[in-house]
Order: sequence, then C-alpha cells, then structure tokens
Amino acid sequence: MSAESVFPQLEALLPHVQKPIQYVGGELNSTVKKWDECDVRWALMYPDAYEVGLPNQGVMILYEVLNEREGVLAERTYSVWPDLEELMREHDVPQFTVDSHRPVSAFDVFGLSFSTELGYTNMLTALDLAGIPLEAARRTEDHPVVVAGGHAAFNPEPIADFIDCAVIGDGEQAVLEITEIVRGWKAEGRPGGREELLLRLARTGGVYVPGFYDVEYLPDGRIGRVVPNRSGVPWRVSKHTVMDLDEWPYPKQPLVPLAETVHERMSVEIFRGCTRGCRFCQAGMITRPVRERSITGIGEMVEKGLKATGFEEVGLLSLSSADHTEIGDIAKGLADRYEEDKIGLSLPSTRVDAFNIDLANELTRNGRRSGLTFAPEGGSERIRKVINKMVSEEDLIRTVATAYGNGWRQVKLYFMCGLPTETDEDVLQIGDMAVNVIAKGREVSRSNDIRCTVSIGGFVPKPHTPFQWAPQLSVEETDARLEKLRDKIRGDKKYGRSIGFRYHDGKPGIVEGLLSRGDRRVGAVIRAVYEDGGRFDGWREHFSYERWMRCAEKTLPDFGVDVDWYTTRERTYEEVLPWDHLDSGLDKDWLWEDWQDALDETEVEDCRWTPCFDCGVCPQMDTSIQIGPTGKKLLPLTVVGGGGN
Amino acid sequence: MRRPPLCGGALDRTTRAGDSRCGPHCARADDLAGPTQGDVTLGKRQPEGPPPAPAVQRIRLRYTKRGRLRFTSHRDFQRAFERALRRAEVPMAYSAGFTPHPKVSYANAAPTGTGSEAEYLEIQLAERRDPEQLRTLLNTSLPDGLDVTDAVEATTSGLADRLQASVWELRLDGVEHAAAEHAVAAFLAAETVEVQRRTKNGLRSFDARGAVVGLEALPGQADRPGNGGCAILRLVVRHVTPAVRPDDVLSGLRATADLAPPVPAAVTRLAQGLLDEESDTVTDPLAPDREAVQAAPPTAPE
Repeated sequence: MSAESVFPQLEALLPHVQKPIQYVGGELNSTVKKWDECDVRWALMYPDAYEVGLPNQGVMILYEVLNEREGVLAERTYSVWPDLEELMREHDVPQFTVDSHRPVSAFDVFGLSFSTELGYTNMLTALDLAGIPLEAARRTEDHPVVVAGGHAAFNPEPIADFIDCAVIGDGEQAVLEITEIVRGWKAEGRPGGREELLLRLARTGGVYVPGFYDVEYLPDGRIGRVVPNRSGVPWRVSKHTVMDLDEWPYPKQPLVPLAETVHERMSVEIFRGCTRGCRFCQAGMITRPVRERSITGIGEMVEKGLKATGFEEVGLLSLSSADHTEIGDIAKGLADRYEEDKIGLSLPSTRVDAFNIDLANELTRNGRRSGLTFAPEGGSERIRKVINKMVSEEDLIRTVATAYGNGWRQVKLYFMCGLPTETDEDVLQIGDMAVNVIAKGREVSRSNDIRCTVSIGGFVPKPHTPFQWAPQLSVEETDARLEKLRDKIRGDKKYGRSIGFRYHDGKPGIVEGLLSRGDRRVGAVIRAVYEDGGRFDGWREHFSYERWMRCAEKTLPDFGVDVDWYTTRERTYEEVLPWDHLDSGLDKDWLWEDWQDALDETEVEDCRWTPCFDCGVCPQMDTSIQIGPTGKKLLPLTVVGGGGN
Repeated sequence: MRRPPLCGGALDRTTRAGDSRCGPHCARADDLAGPTQGDVTLGKRQPEGPPPAPAVQRIRLRYTKRGRLRFTSHRDFQRAFERALRRAEVPMAYSAGFTPHPKVSYANAAPTGTGSEAEYLEIQLAERRDPEQLRTLLNTSLPDGLDVTDAVEATTSGLADRLQASVWELRLDGVEHAAAEHAVAAFLAAETVEVQRRTKNGLRSFDARGAVVGLEALPGQADRPGNGGCAILRLVVRHVTPAVRPDDVLSGLRATADLAPPVPAAVTRLAQGLLDEESDTVTDPLAPDREAVQAAPPTAPE
C-alpha cells in the first residue's frame, strides 16, 4: 500500500469545500515523524468532524504518547464532511491523515476513539474511503488492524463485525503494549499473518478480538452464551487503568488548531473516575476508582501548556471537578498566578452540593458573571433518590441564592426525562423548581432581570450501569411528558417568561439506546444505515430517525427482534448481556443490588468518604482510590521581568 | 446549523443525544465560570483593580499567508495571531471591561484560499519594543506560512486608507498562454463585465471591470508534465465596494471569453498600497511610517 502523501490531489479539491483549513494539518504542536524511520505506525481517528475531534483529549494524549516513542509514529484523521467525501470519491482520493496526508490504509494500526455510539456510521465511511474492507473478516495482512477505544467501546458488540479489536479503559499504557506486540510480529516477518497478530493481542487479556468469540442465541432472541473459539483467549477481557496520573502529564503540548473548534482552551484533567454513584452515569461507573492529579502536577501542566499554546482559557476537567480534594487551593492558586495575564479559568461539571460560590467567584475575579450551570437531573426528591443524585432542592435554592447575591444573573439547570420509575409528576416538578429559583433570584438580587434555563433530554440506559436492565421510555411517552412540562412552564404567568425551556425529542435517544445496549445483530442496522447515506448522526441536520427505523425494520426481523426489544424492554437478572464478557471491574451482582436499591429509592454514599460498598472495581482490577490532600500549595511562579511601566 | 457539542461544549450549550460521559443530556460541561458568554450589561459589577495600561506604541506589520496555510480564514488567522502574541509574551495593550481584548487592527484581509505576500495589521503595545526584534520573536511563535515580513513603528495615521489597490498573481494551470492573452484582451476591451457572486444575502450582480486597473497574461512554467500549458495573470485592482476579487475577474474572463481553467487557479496577493496610476502598480503602504521614523526617531524607552 503506497504511503505517498495525497496532498497534491486533495489540494485541488479544497477550494470547492467548506472550511478547507480543517483538512490541511500543520497545527501548532503537531508532529510529523519520518515514515521510514518508524516501524510501527498508528492512524488515530476521532470519528466526527475536525472541529469536534481535534480538541478531544483522548486522541491528543495518545498522539503524544505514541509520537514520543522512538520508532513509532502517530498521525490523526477526522471525518470529512459530505461535500469533501463526494469529491474524494469522484477523484479517488482516499481517507487521509491531516499530519502528512498519507492514506489511512498505509498504517499498521487504525485506532478509533468513540465517545459516543453515534460515530459508528462515520467509522464505516472512513473505512470505505480508506479502501479497507468494512468487515474485519475480509481484511488481509496488508490492511491496518482496526482498534476501537473510548467509552462506547465498553460495549463494542454492535460494531463487532467491523473492528478487529477493542480496548476498554485508559489508553496510555494500552497503546504502548499493542505497539510492542505489532513491532515484534513485524520484526519476526509477520508469522501466521493477521490471525497470529490478533491472537497475540487477545492473549494479553486486555485486547478484545470479537472474531475470537462466538455468540450463541436462545430461541427467544436473548444471548445464550459467549464463548472463545481459540485457545488461550480469555473468557473475559479486562479494562485498563492508569494508576498515577502525575506520571502521565499528557497532553504536554496540546494541539492548537488554526480552524475554529468546539473547545478553545488549555484543558487539564484534574482527576479521573468518579464514585458519586449516580446510577445513570456510565462514565462514573466505568472509570473507577477516583485518581487525582496532584495540585503541583496540575500547576505544572497548566504552566507548560499555556506556554506551549497561548490559550487564554484553562479548563479543569473531570467528571465532577469541584470534588478534587484541593480544588479551593487549585482555583485560588491559578487565579493568583494568572491574574495579570488575563487567563480565564473554567470548571466544567460541578455538582450543586459540592459547588461553592467562593470558588466560582475566584474563577471570575475580573471576568463577567453570566451563567452558572447545575445538573439536578431529576425534578423530584423521589426521582433523585432513584438515580442516586443526592441533591436536595434546599441545597440548590441556597446555592442559587448565593450566586444571584454575588452578581450572577442566569442559572442553567440540566434534567433528564424517562428515568426509571418516573411519572409525569416527577417531570412536572422541574417547573416548580425553576419557579422557585427565579423567585429566590428576584428576591436576592432585587431585580426582575433574572433568568433560569431548563434543559432536558431523554435518558438512555447504558451498559455497565445499574440501569443497564432498565426499560427505556418510548419516543411517544418521552415527547408527551416533555410537552406537558413545556405547557406548564409557558402557562406560568408570573415566572414563565423568565424561564427558558430547551428540550430534545426522544428520537435520537432511541437510536442511541439501540446502539448502546445492542448486540452483534445491530451491526446489520448500522451497515444498512451507512449504505443508505447515514453520516454524522450526532448532528441534528444529518441525523435521520426515519432512516434508522427503516433500516432496522429491514434487518432485525431476520433475527426475530426489533428496536423495542433492544430499547424499551426491561431485562431480567438471568439474562446474559451483550457486554458481560467485557470486564469493567464492576461486580454484576453489585450492579443488580444497586438497581434494586434504585427501585426502592435507597441512596448509596460516595466511597471516598464512607467505607467501601463493594462495587468490585478495586479488588478486581487491583487498583485503589488515589486522592489527596497533599497539603501543598500552588505558589506564584518566580517573577519574570519585573518593574515595567 | 451548528450542532450542540460534546461534553464541555463551548459553541452552543444545548443538550444533545450521544455522549457517554453523563448520559444523553450531556454537553452540560459548561463553564461554571468561564468568561465566555452571556450578557455583559446585566450585572452592576465593575472589574476590580486599575484600568488596563494605556498603549504607548503602535507597530504595523506586514505578513504572509503561504502554502497550505492560504486556506486559513481571516477569523482563523486572528485567533492564531492573538495566541502567538501570548506565546511570544508581547506586552499588548488591552481594551477595558470584563473580557479584555488585545488591541489589534486588521486591514483588508485576503479571502480564504488565496495566498498573500502582503497582509497588514497594527498592534498597540503597553511597553515599547523594537519593531525588528518583535518581528523575529513573532515569527518563532507563528506557524510556518504565516510569516511576518516587515515591522515598523506607526507614527502616521490612516494605514487602512493607504490600502487603495492590490496586485494579484493568478496561476492558471492547464491554460495556454495564448488563450489567456485572448481572454484578457476581451475583458479589457469591455466597458463593463457583469459577474455574480454568492453572498450571505443571496446571489449578487456587479461590475468586475471598472475596478481593474491592469491585467496581463504572462507565460508560466507548467507544474507537472501533461497538464497542458500554464498561464499567469497579473492583476491590479482598485479596492472598491463591493470588492472585486480575483475570483470575480476569473468569472469575468469566463463571461467574456469562455476562459475556464481545468483546475482551480492558485491566487496570491503580491502587494497592497497606494495606487500609482502611471505605472499601474502600488507603493509600499508602510513607507510613510518608515520615512517618519527616519526623520524623527521616537524617544527611547525609559
């Protein structure tokens, strides 16, 4: 397979497409290594548009980790928009990397990071444009090994036919292990061909090769069992966990694009994992245990990253950023350090209870105070117990009152609709909550110029969570409930005009639900949708519910199942779930107990502050919680220059 | 329509199906406090502390958009330039308010996709710097292709007014020199050449001939064999409203003489400045500043 750059052919197409800059590469801090001096070559893809994919931390980290190794190179590729896809097909230009515009098919490994299942059709587009057979079974030694990672890979069964393998969990060490195996196999002259390479990967116990497992079905359509069909291949595949975040300070040199992207900031992951135990949250379940980066490690990454990028904003990322044991010192330390430099700080994903207005004020010392966002998730106290989101309305109102008193003028509240056991009443209480927020805001600020936005979407049950057995609410019921809430909010004469209402209909949620909890048979639907023109399913203007349903009706009846079977059907304790052989560390019995607790409206504490409640992750994965406080402080850096005017 | 983003979204904070981090509602990773959006006027707060330091020096820069970075849009360039200023630790003067912006004025940017050897901007500094040292420093911070080629201290006003006309080079691969010459002659012979361009407000018709001061066809060296010929057009065009761009002149050549290059033209702006009507060329717009500095060097910093 030729590894020649296709840039000359591509360049002629660029004047005819939207935002051509996204295809030319050359980002600050990007790396182009010499092709011939490397023996293992990765093409990394975030299967969405460049503007979404470039800032993705996962890809950026792996890109740097791999390129730092001698003899290894990694280049990036993203989904091309339909305008360019059409021209590429017309002019025979293959899927290319943006770094040196080499054809993706020339690489040894093609790694895709799936944050969401809605990228599956984009993977098929990329494979096809690359000239790589869509079915793994039809690939030869000359094709790259296609590896899936990211949160969606925790149930890779719907794409089992299209990928060669999947890796679950943290990728930093896993990509290096895979690299070594590929290197060894190539150095030995590729003994046993592709089959042997995949066997070597599978036998590590940390790489899932779907082709080495047979799925047996029961007459009623459920899975009977999943059995390895090669010797030495493990019954269950383990997730990977990086234990000391300070040893992995990536990205060190974040990519700075010329094109506009969705996140334009220097992001630092301040901890990984979350043990709050929100039952709907897949991320919180599959990334356990909590591992904090130290305050000094964070300080160093911010300093080096800002120097390397020139970004004007720092984002302190995690699943619940205010939960870092030293978040107060971190925020104050960074605010002090960068006060002169007009650097903004942001703290995504904060909880109402952990939220501390002092912290928010610190972050906006001299910035504007426009909006604060909280996620109570459920409108009633009862439903919040079901989902284990331990926030009381009094907490929220108290927090909001302090915020309005400190000059904030807008609060945004996130909710879900269709949670297990939910009734109309639970959702209608969202309206009451918003009214109470506005009333309090008017009282505290003595102004009517106060806004509250309610944002709500349909809940999708996810694998490896206590809700993996739950029935998903149908499109019709979701929409009906959302309409009732809308009418209630709009009908409120006194407060309605101060409340913004943003909601999304239930349709995308059902497709996401099908892909999230689907098994190998769903692959036929994905393929049919792709062949019917389905692309960019995460984009409202490209997504077509009708197409998905049409293709599902064409393919699923052959297996005796349908979309409802995958989405609105409740599963029983005995059922073999499609992802049971992928080990996230969570004990299935514990998940089941937590599901039963949810139905009983019983809450579970956070194990960071209470004794272990045996979710299973730490002993299973031989890991442990790593949290501070370290007691260290973030000191101002030595003064540069000094004096001045 | 732009789609709602993933977790931690910044462009649009609506929710979206399809992110495994926290469920379908996610995209919520909004700034608890990022100084990025919302109304500035609502609160009664004022930024604390002293107002930003005043500007003490203005520097005008000439820069390029070369090679593949010619696909950079003007907005893209602005972000890249302002980040380069930060990396280079240039002591910029900032605007006041909750979201201070470095003081940079851009003039008459070339369209996306066209290369340029002659783009101009002006920055305001809170501390004095040597223009030449600043130029070198910025070049180490800017990506290759976006290169600062000239820097002078501004002592005069009206840089934008001095950008009266541009010289463009249009490389037409696959077009014979004779065909290009013929088309140019037909274009120049016409009194007006009506062309259309798609704008935000739909298709718009205007004259592409009036603004053209000079247009000639030169033989070019073909890039690759078998491409047919190669012709190079040298175009001098006055800056008018609506702007007449090289693309419009190409549309005009198609309209008047059916000239249709088989591949997109490679277009580069060679110069911008005051129009010298006699020689049909433009003069260096930074020359008045250079002369003023030579006549009366600014006082050295304290």
